[in-house]
Amino acid sequence: MRLKIILTLTAIAGVILAWDLYRIFLVVPDEANQGAIFRIIYFHVPAAITSFTGFYLAMFSSIGYLMTKNLRLDSIAASINEVSLAFASITLVTGSIWGRVIWGIWWTWDPRLTSFFVCWLIYAGYFMLRRAIDDPTARARLSAVLSIFACVDIVLVWKSIEWFRTQHPGPVLEIRGGGGMAPGMEAPLWWNFLALLMLAAALILIRTRQETMQLEIDALRRHAHAF
Amino acid sequence: MKFLRQTLAVAAKDLRSEIRGKEAVNASVSFALVILLLFSFAFDLEPEQIRDIAGGLLWLIFAFAGTLILNRSFARELVNDCLDALLASPVSGAQLFFGKCLANYVLILIVECISLPVFAIFYNVRLPQRLALLFLVMLLGTWGITVIGTLFSAMTVNLRLRELMLPTLVYPMLIPALVGAIELSRALITGASLAENFIWFRILVAFNVIFTILSLALVEIVLVG
Repeated sequence: MRLKIILTLTAIAGVILAWDLYRIFLVVPDEANQGAIFRIIYFHVPAAITSFTGFYLAMFSSIGYLMTKNLRLDSIAASINEVSLAFASITLVTGSIWGRVIWGIWWTWDPRLTSFFVCWLIYAGYFMLRRAIDDPTARARLSAVLSIFACVDIVLVWKSIEWFRTQHPGPVLEIRGGGGMAPGMEAPLWWNFLALLMLAAALILIRTRQETMQLEIDALRRHAHAF
Repeated sequence: MKFLRQTLAVAAKDLRSEIRGKEAVNASVSFALVILLLFSFAFDLEPEQIRDIAGGLLWLIFAFAGTLILNRSFARELVNDCLDALLASPVSGAQLFFGKCLANYVLILIVECISLPVFAIFYNVRLPQRLALLFLVMLLGTWGITVIGTLFSAMTVNLRLRELMLPTLVYPMLIPALVGAIELSRALITGASLAENFIWFRILVAFNVIFTILSLALVEIVLVG
């Protein structure tokens, strides 16, 4: 059943991505000021939203663990955070490439970039913490607490675009009160978001299964050592 | 009332043991001096430029030196299983945490009060006329460092790589508080308008309130499970 879901999600995501790539590269015209490089937004923004969505879902899963002490919820939280961290890395890398072309520099310490990097570092710390703890319940407990703390920090990231004057382009999408993209140009972005979200869901399902199996293997190993 | 009394008892215990041993404060002050020395090799700046970056340098020193104290906070209880004894005592997790927070707060402030004038002398930085405001910023920023640092000190106390994990986890979490404190200190030292920098004060206060409440709510889970 799980395999079928994973395959279906991946297949649909693949189809949407292929159709979107066709539209992004062959249908949508170059942006008036930025030229061809603006197309990176079709991956940069959906990856950023996917990673943030993931971090928050993981927080709820972590809270669920703290309330129920069900280790499965911890596995889910860890899997979601891992996939979200991968998407956060995509956001940082694509943003950096865009910055190199438009700003002429790979990186600038503007508050929004910095905040995103801080988030990335916090979640990298999350996995370092998990690695450092052998006992599964202690690992689940402490990483759940860290996940909650990290999400509160993310609020500061989201708010930072309003709080600080930044070098980063202001909100572009219609829903955030920006000037908006041309209607034909914005649609592929949301389709890409959907596709990346489905891809993330498939990856999370795979990782959760691995995490659960790892727990079972560890338990069996401890059981074997006890004899 | 009882909450406060027991909290103060934990804080007094920590402070008393630190006053007798002086291990964390001595190490922390020495470390602050070493960083001050290293900064002198890192750059050679004009007095005006130094004033511009003085806020940043100060808070780097405070954060680095503070971590040494925070690292010892729970680690000192590992000897003779004192942490287990503390947890078994009638003191709740929140009281234990808050008591340790207060002790760490006082210790870090002592280190800051020693390193601030030394910094001013070494780098010819004239401390602002409104020194009381700088102290207010120090009080707020240090509480942010203390509350996050103490909670993470409790989280990492049983880890093999405790000394490495604490700074790696704590510094990224502290960024909003540190940035707020740095910007306010910079504004005070350079004499910039405080009204323009009020947003940093709000960030600092919000950070402290949010994380103090969150830490008190979650510390029982961290310490006991």
